[in-house]
Amino acid sequence: MQASAQQAKRSGQGGLRRNGMLHLFLLPSVVLLIVYSYIPMAGIVIAFQDYKTYKGIGGSEWVGLEHFRTMFMDERIVQIIENTLVIALSKMAAGWVAPLIFALLLNEVRILLLKRTVQTLVYLPHFLSWVILGGILTDMLSEHGIVNAAMRALGLPSVFFLGSGGWFRFTLVVSDIWKEFGFGTIIYLAALAGVNPALYEAAEIDGASRLRQTLHVTLPSIIKVGVVIGTLSLGNVLNAGFDQVFNMINPIVAGKGEIIDTYVYKVGLLQGAFSFATAVGLFKSVVSLVLIALTYRLAYKYANYRIF
Amino acid sequence: MYYKSPGYRAFAFANTGLLLAISIACVLPLVHVVAVSLSSSAAATGNLVSLWPIGFTLDNYAKTFGSSQFLQALWISVLRTTLGTLLSMALCVLAAYPMSKADEKFKGRSLYSWFFVATILFNGGLIPAYIVVVKTGINNTLLALILPGAVAVFNVVLMMNFFRGIPAELEEASQIDGASHLRTLINVYLPISMPSIATLSLFSMVGHWNSWFDGLIYMEAAKQPLATMVQALVANLDLTRINLNPEDIKNLSQRGLRSTQIFLGALPILVVYPFLQKYFVKGMTLGAVKE
Repeated sequence: MQASAQQAKRSGQGGLRRNGMLHLFLLPSVVLLIVYSYIPMAGIVIAFQDYKTYKGIGGSEWVGLEHFRTMFMDERIVQIIENTLVIALSKMAAGWVAPLIFALLLNEVRILLLKRTVQTLVYLPHFLSWVILGGILTDMLSEHGIVNAAMRALGLPSVFFLGSGGWFRFTLVVSDIWKEFGFGTIIYLAALAGVNPALYEAAEIDGASRLRQTLHVTLPSIIKVGVVIGTLSLGNVLNAGFDQVFNMINPIVAGKGEIIDTYVYKVGLLQGAFSFATAVGLFKSVVSLVLIALTYRLAYKYANYRIF
Repeated sequence: MYYKSPGYRAFAFANTGLLLAISIACVLPLVHVVAVSLSSSAAATGNLVSLWPIGFTLDNYAKTFGSSQFLQALWISVLRTTLGTLLSMALCVLAAYPMSKADEKFKGRSLYSWFFVATILFNGGLIPAYIVVVKTGINNTLLALILPGAVAVFNVVLMMNFFRGIPAELEEASQIDGASHLRTLINVYLPISMPSIATLSLFSMVGHWNSWFDGLIYMEAAKQPLATMVQALVANLDLTRINLNPEDIKNLSQRGLRSTQIFLGALPILVVYPFLQKYFVKGMTLGAVKE
């Protein structure tokens, strides 16, 4: 006991020996990140090569920007980038508005049990994977599925939700909102819980209706959170949702539904064009990096948000 | 009071109706899939089932659990979820402890934080990641499903923030008693962090259970986890994967079997969901507010 106390004294607070252990704690994480994050980052050099598995990175031929040139000359890829942008932007816009409105509506519920029940039900889809939900939705939205059956029962015409490009995009956006809006309200509800009740009392005394209270008290108190969330989501401009698209797409709608990520998988891993697929992926990573760096910077500057 | 006015009452009534309708819409698809899985083959194939089983039968479940491929995939999912979560949490706690120290007390901290953040900002993309996994020789082993994602940087951040909330006096007291950092972490930090560790573990488990793409690209068919197997089933309607003889396939509706497997894939999530819900609100907002 005494010996170890002396030892602690000798090495002192923040002394080399004690800090050595802190570095040791970080070592396994650092090693894993180097191998499975940093080496793949360096691996992007194959986007500038004609990479052959048997030759390796050292032996493969350098081709410069050829893959990028091919990529932007290819009309199909331009179409895929457009698909990605349209789907991702629609999701971002709708995905920003829906939780905000839902949180405001939920905030008006005065019966606690009802509020809890609603929360329990709407958070659930977030935790299910797109494999599960894609499987269920393709079944439900098919020609003979339950959704079309219900629409026919109401005298509406059937819709091929997954059979035409336009409807497919629409379905992607709506089902994505359906899955995530509930979870998105959590952060707003937390902000709403922190609103000072005295503000409502003052507004009430001034004769403000509930609508005006919502517009002038509730909304301003959560809009800052909303702006941060919206800003941070901008980094997703090229993230149209691989899991979802992969599990819901079919050849009929590939023209308007194929996105960068599914294309990279198809060309790279299924067709073996490693270098070209890496180039397409790199384009996406670089655009995302710029946007993420920019949005984190904005969020930090204006809302003092930071990760570490 | 505003909520006594007739206008607001009408709104509150309509609002309640709307919210309930939306909530029900969030779970109806699951109810539907369960109903189909419990229905007779004829009813399922004929699209007669809506929200209640027609011609109730457990045939689909009996067949699914009788398939050795299904049980194998289930076992792999259980293994990857357990081992993956254990490893991920151990790494998370070990990394969060030094990162929770002040910059002055732990020289090099800011360098590490850049090292971690960079992995969120940028990644090499699918192909280089795939090549590294193959070159390190871990494809077709359980490690391929565990190692590449083992360091969950966001969890490290959440854990770090929690550690920062622990009173400095506790650490000082243990240091005066001569405890090393390791002992301080194990005997002081861990016991008071159990609720946070439980929360993050649950999240990690859900992530592992749901994860399917790594199984698809890194594992040969016989070694894929359940999520990947269900994905193949959904994508290709490939019923031969679950080792049924042609006779059985004829007698069972594809739709019923598929629904059964989809539901079984979701079941563990539904089971842990009540526990999850207790914690995730805290987890979500934990990282949002910093002093």
